[in-house]
Amino acid sequence: MGYLQGFAVTFKKLTEDRVTTEYPEQKRPKADRLHGRHVLNRYEDGMEKCIGCELCAGVCPANCIYVRGKDNPDGDPVSPGERYGFIYEINYLRCIHCDMCVEACPTEAITESKLFEFSFTNRADAIYTKNELLVDDDGMPQHLPWEDWRPGEDEMTSGWMRATASSGNAAYEGKVAWSGELGYGVRAPEIGQSQDAPPADTSDSGAH
Amino acid sequence: MAGLTNTLAGLDPLFLNGVTLEVLIIVLVKVVISFGVLLVSVMLMVWFERKLVSDMQNRIGPNRAGPWGILQTLADGIKLFFKEDLQPDSSDPFVFKLAPYLSLIPAFLTFAIIPIGGNFSDPSDPSKTGIITLPDWLGGESTYLQLADPPVGVLLFLAMSSIAVYGVMLAGWASGSKYPLLGSVRASAQMVSYEAALGLSLATIFLQSRSLSTHDIVADQAGAGWLGIIPHWNVIVTGFVPFVVFLIAATAELNRPPFDLVEAEQELVGGFHTEYSSIRFAMFFLAEFMNTVTLSAIMVTLFFGGPAGPILWDGVAWLWPILWFLLKLFVFLFTFVWFRATLPRFRYDQLMDLGWKVLIPISLGWFLFLAGRNVVDDRWPNTNGSLFSVEVLILLGITIAILTVGALLLYSAIRNAAEKRELEEVTF
Repeated sequence: MGYLQGFAVTFKKLTEDRVTTEYPEQKRPKADRLHGRHVLNRYEDGMEKCIGCELCAGVCPANCIYVRGKDNPDGDPVSPGERYGFIYEINYLRCIHCDMCVEACPTEAITESKLFEFSFTNRADAIYTKNELLVDDDGMPQHLPWEDWRPGEDEMTSGWMRATASSGNAAYEGKVAWSGELGYGVRAPEIGQSQDAPPADTSDSGAH
Repeated sequence: MAGLTNTLAGLDPLFLNGVTLEVLIIVLVKVVISFGVLLVSVMLMVWFERKLVSDMQNRIGPNRAGPWGILQTLADGIKLFFKEDLQPDSSDPFVFKLAPYLSLIPAFLTFAIIPIGGNFSDPSDPSKTGIITLPDWLGGESTYLQLADPPVGVLLFLAMSSIAVYGVMLAGWASGSKYPLLGSVRASAQMVSYEAALGLSLATIFLQSRSLSTHDIVADQAGAGWLGIIPHWNVIVTGFVPFVVFLIAATAELNRPPFDLVEAEQELVGGFHTEYSSIRFAMFFLAEFMNTVTLSAIMVTLFFGGPAGPILWDGVAWLWPILWFLLKLFVFLFTFVWFRATLPRFRYDQLMDLGWKVLIPISLGWFLFLAGRNVVDDRWPNTNGSLFSVEVLILLGITIAILTVGALLLYSAIRNAAEKRELEEVTF
C-alpha cells in the first residue's frame, strides 16, 4: 500500500526536532562574508582610509552612493593622502549589497559588515551619512538605534575579507595583502581556503 | 396547539409538558452554548491545524499570540474585521454580499442535529437513552444534549451541505473575475459529484439504524456489543467500506486537501474567495472550518456511536459522554489535518475519476449488498444476522454475481470511452 507510507512519514515528523528557529530571540550565526551594511574603516593611527576618489560611487549599479572629496586641511589631515571623503552617504533604500564598491575601493576604506537587520522608519534614517558609517574609536561599527544586532555580530567587518574572498586571487593565499586597521592591527593571513575546502556537493545543487 | 406540541414532543422530551417559559429559556441557552462551542472550536481548530501542520513539517508554527500561539486565530480574526471591505466593480453586488451568508448559515445549522452528550449505554433503560435531567434547582427538566432532533435528521445535514455549494458557487460567479469563476465551476462539479457518494454511504446507515434521526442512530449503536469492548458501532456493522467512502467524500465536500482544488492557491490565486476581503472573507474561512468540525461530528455520530463510551467514574456521569464525543471528534480533526500534511492535491480529472468511477460504484454496490442482507433478515429472521447461514451464502452469491456484472459493465464503459477519446485524438 504505497498510498499509506506517506502518512507514516508525516507522522514520524511529529517527533523530530524543528529546523526553524524563533528568529528575533534566536539568531543563527551569519556567514563570514555576508553582505550587510557598509562601514568606513580607519588605519591603526585613527586616520580615515577614504580618500574621496569616488570610485565606489562610480561603480555602484544602484546609484546609492554619494561622495564628495576635499583637500585635507593643512596641519590636521583626516586621511593620509592628499584628499579625504568630505561627504559620504549611502542610501539603503537603494543599495543592493553587491559589494562592487568594496571591490572598487583602492584603500579598503569601504567594506561590508554582516549587519542587515535595520528597521528605520523614515528616509533620513535610511540614508547613512559619513558619521554613521565610520567605525568608532575601537574600530567597530557604530550601533545605530534602529539596527538589531547581538554582541559579536559586528566583528570581522574589514578589508581582510575582500583580499581572501573566494573570488579573489588564489596566489594571495597565506599572504598579508591588506593594510592594518584600527582595533585589529594587521590581521593574520587567512590560510587554506583552496586546500581545505570540501569537494563541491553537486548532488542537490539544482535545489537552490 | 396540541398537534404542534405532539410534533415537538417527538423531537425532545423537553417539550412533553408543553412549551413553557422555562423550556424556551433552556432552548435559548442550548442555542447560545452550541453557537459558542462551535465558534470556539473553530478558533481552536484553525490554531490546531496550523500547529500540527507545522509540527509535521519540522517548523514551529504560530507561537506569538497567547501561550503556544493559541490566540493566533483571534488575532487574525480581529485583523480581518478591521480590514477594508472591498467589492469589485464588475461584481454582482447583491449576490456578492449574499454568498458568504449562504456558506456560513448552513455550517451553523448542521451542528444543531449533533448529539454531543447524554448516556446512551443501555437501550433497554429509558434513563440511559441520551436524556439528561437537570437538577431540581434548575427546574428538573429532561432534555437531549443536542439542539434539535428533527425526524428528518441526517437529511438536514445533506440539505445544508447542498446549500453550502451555492455559497461557494455564487461567490465565484458574483465576483465577476476569472479565477473565482473557475474555482466555483470546479466547486460545484466536485461537490455535486461527491454528494452522491456521500448520500449513498449514508443510506447504508439508514438501512441499519432504520431511522434518519441522529438521536435514534446513536441510540441504535449503543449497547454492550461485540466482546464488550466495541459496541456495535455503524462503522463495523456496515462493514467499514461506507465509512471509508464517507471519509473521502466528506474531505472532498469540505474542499480540504487533497481535494482543495476549488481554492488551489497555486492555480487559482485563492479560488472562489479571491475577490473577498475583510469580514466577508472571514465568514468563508469560518464556514470552512466550521464545516470541518461539523462533518467530523457527523462522522462520530453516524459511524462511531456519538457520545457513547464507558462511564469511568459515576461522580460526574454526565461529563463522560461529552468527553468521549470530544475525543472522537479530535481524532477526526487530527485525521483531516494529517491528510492535509501528507497528500498532494488531486488533478481535476483524477478527482472526477475517483468520484464517479470508484466511490459511487463502490458505495452503490455496498448499499445493494447491505439491502440484500436486510432482506434476508426480514425473510428468515432465525438467521439472527449470522454470516454463515445458507440463506446468507445464497444471498452473498447473488449479490456478488450482480456486482460483478455491474463492475464489468462499468469497466467496459470506461474502456469504451477511452478508446473513443483515442480515436478523436483527445489527450489528457
